[in-house]
Amino acid sequence: MSDLSYVRAEMLPEKAPPVSTSGAVGWARENLFNGVGNSILTILSLFMVYLVLSALLPWVFSPTWNAASLNDCRTILAGHEGACWGVINERWPQLLFGFYPNGSEEGTVDQRWRPILTFVLLFVAVIPVLFNMISRRMNWVLLLGALGIAFVTRGGVLTMIIGVALLAGAAYVAFQLFNTNKVDRAEEIASGAKRLPNPLIFSAVFPFLAPWLLWGGSIWGPIGALFGFVIGALVFRAVTAVAGSLMGIIAAVLSAVIWWLFLMGGFAWAMESIISLGLEPVESRKFGGFMLSITIGVVAIGCSLPIGIVLALGRQSDLMIVKSLCVGFIEFIRGVPLITLLFVASTLLNIFMPPGSNFDIIVRVLIMVTLFASAYMAEVVRGGLAALPKGQYEAADALGLDYWKAQRLIIMPQALKISIPGIVSTFIGVFKDTTLVSIIGLLDPLGLSNAIRADANWNGVVWELYGFIALMFFVFCFSMSRYSMYLERKLRTDHH
Amino acid sequence: MTTMTDPHQGSFRLSMLIYDSRYRSMTIQIVALIGFLTLIGWLISNTAQNLITLGKEPSFGFMLEPAGYDINQRLLDYDSQDSHLRAALIGLLNTLLVAVMGCLAATVIGVVVGVLRLSKNWIVSRLMAVYVEGFRNVPVLLWIVFAMAILIETLPPPNAFRGENPEATMKLGETVAVTNRGIYIPEPLFSRGIGDAHVFGDTSLRFDVSLDLIALASVFIAGLLISGLINRRANATQNATGVRPTVWYWRLAVVVLPTAILLWVLGCHMGYPELKGFNFKGGTHMRNSLIALWAALSLYTAAFIAEIVRAGILAVSKGQTEAANALGIRPNKTMSLVVLPQALRVIIPPLISNYLNLTKNSSLAIAVGYMDITGTLGGITLNQTGRELETLLMLMLCYLIISLTISGVMNWYNESVKLKER
Repeated sequence: MSDLSYVRAEMLPEKAPPVSTSGAVGWARENLFNGVGNSILTILSLFMVYLVLSALLPWVFSPTWNAASLNDCRTILAGHEGACWGVINERWPQLLFGFYPNGSEEGTVDQRWRPILTFVLLFVAVIPVLFNMISRRMNWVLLLGALGIAFVTRGGVLTMIIGVALLAGAAYVAFQLFNTNKVDRAEEIASGAKRLPNPLIFSAVFPFLAPWLLWGGSIWGPIGALFGFVIGALVFRAVTAVAGSLMGIIAAVLSAVIWWLFLMGGFAWAMESIISLGLEPVESRKFGGFMLSITIGVVAIGCSLPIGIVLALGRQSDLMIVKSLCVGFIEFIRGVPLITLLFVASTLLNIFMPPGSNFDIIVRVLIMVTLFASAYMAEVVRGGLAALPKGQYEAADALGLDYWKAQRLIIMPQALKISIPGIVSTFIGVFKDTTLVSIIGLLDPLGLSNAIRADANWNGVVWELYGFIALMFFVFCFSMSRYSMYLERKLRTDHH
Repeated sequence: MTTMTDPHQGSFRLSMLIYDSRYRSMTIQIVALIGFLTLIGWLISNTAQNLITLGKEPSFGFMLEPAGYDINQRLLDYDSQDSHLRAALIGLLNTLLVAVMGCLAATVIGVVVGVLRLSKNWIVSRLMAVYVEGFRNVPVLLWIVFAMAILIETLPPPNAFRGENPEATMKLGETVAVTNRGIYIPEPLFSRGIGDAHVFGDTSLRFDVSLDLIALASVFIAGLLISGLINRRANATQNATGVRPTVWYWRLAVVVLPTAILLWVLGCHMGYPELKGFNFKGGTHMRNSLIALWAALSLYTAAFIAEIVRAGILAVSKGQTEAANALGIRPNKTMSLVVLPQALRVIIPPLISNYLNLTKNSSLAIAVGYMDITGTLGGITLNQTGRELETLLMLMLCYLIISLTISGVMNWYNESVKLKER
């Protein structure tokens, strides 16, 4: 035996992993065929997917987009199974706008630009609230551009001039925006350069602008309503300086209420007789389709969050009477189905109001849906409040903050952040629940689908309409839930 | 929250109601109460005035008048000459029927889907995700009318079962007829039955109880109890001697034998549906409206339950499973003794609130013509009598009682399984 041994001096090159554990095959073995049970499950699932798709796809891809009636479709399909998409092609404006004036009747003008503009402005108004990645100037570009296009497309010399001016403004801001880079601009702002006004101003004006655009009428009504808030804010500022914040709040609320109840009507009438400025009024019963769903959904969502927060605070407070009022309200609303509340809206709400007053069915529905959503929102926010560690409340007390300051600066930001998933799922629920208004006879998409089937041309079309409506709802709701995930990631401050 | 300071030595001044934190909360509450009472008073006075103008003084007398309409799907006997109260009762039972059936089905589907969504099998978990997202993001009302449309449009009409070469045949060995008017399933009949007990005589609340079923149920439950006793005895023997006597056949026998004998004595046989005239006769008829509502509600709610189950299982920290493994507990036992009890604590409260939602969503029955309480009391009765205030009050009261009962159970359960912290 020699004591000479062989030792390899250099490393062997790494070998590629066996084919069975890498690449597509490896992935499939890992995720689809690890074990007998799993393999059977996989094959069964694939078979099911095949069955569903082989039945569905030929049906979906049927060349009937231009058919004018169900019989037309049958002719085109010549005995094959297939969808009759002509109904969507012909009726989608109706599914979107209901019976909103489209200029087809004698002596009417196409008014559908109003809901479209409202919808676009809604986006412009919510962007600064929802996303913080869009710069201030970008927002103004969007706003001026949307308004400018709306004015330009209206025709008429004056509106054309205003529209061109707005577009020019938008172009100017856009030009500036693209000519400066982000870092320079940040430095300029830090050193006190002039900035455009905060786009949140428009977000505050939008709630008054939107009803005017949709329902039309004189512009002085919404402006008067807006003035109420301005007066309240001014009074609050003045009185607080003299007599403390509590008196300030009382005085502000009183002055605003007095304005709305007694002075606003006169103001609107006077201004209207001086400068008559308005849009052609549109009756509520002409609202319909997704426009109606979105209107109800957005109003209920927008109003329910603040009301819900107040209710949740009331429920958590030490004040016995306030607390029991809030608990009673929340439990009552959550205990009954929305449809009964809608019945109340359609039959009873006018009985509760002073004799002779008769207000619009859509407003009544809006009130009830908002109340309904608020109760659910209150419970979601209460969950967030309860999940907050007690130390946060104590820390706020220790800093000497009063109740409202503590809520505003310490409690609410954290509690709302915790409850984002719940809040968004309530939003989604409210939006889905807007379909219920079809039961009390409003023409939301589902109600319209019945109206469309009543047409002799489309009598018997079922799946296409339901499928289209379901798809639209899915797109809205799914994107909302994805947004909530984005928001959760954005606001995450812990270290995971 | 308030800061304690030494009480003022001076006398009480009016401004202290606002500025003194000891009195301020009282002031706010009294102002809130006065505001609330004013609002209520205002609403009531408006309502009273309006009702007098309309000539409809509130009264509940109309509930005892004949309803005059028919209810096709019902659990108790009813005809159009019965009172509105009876109609409301039938509707309430229908609501409860679809709610209970829906909750059971939704739980089963939801748990299966929730577990499968956590499966390591990629395609299965993706399919389940598609199901969950699809159902959660589309309104339940749409699913209900969709299900109804499927049943009406795709199933064969009864006359397709006729003739030498029928287009459709009955399923499951000629026992179940699936038609576009509903599903007919066999029903148990008793040829030597002991009849029914009539409770509450001839009033609106009357109902019949089948004594046969009561006898069967009591014999069956007694069998179960005796079987439990045998089991306990076997446990005692095992604890004392270490040897477990073989008792499973005894336990099976005491349950099955008496029940079977009673069934034979009562002459139990199945009544099968048969095509007679234009429609099927015999058997239990489940109408399309009930099936569509049931299917849509359970599939929709199951999507939510699946997410709850998934979240519940994920909420049990991995350390728990590892600890159980370290103790040498087998995987099956780990699931049932360690993971599930902890997951259930997370799952149950949202689960019950989903049951609540399902019950409330069952009010959408009105869209497919299933006569639940919203359809009877809040639908036809309201329209026929024009008594909006009274009918809607009663309708809301019914739902409130159901909801508060369920949430009472939920709170009780929550208390009992809460982690006892010291």
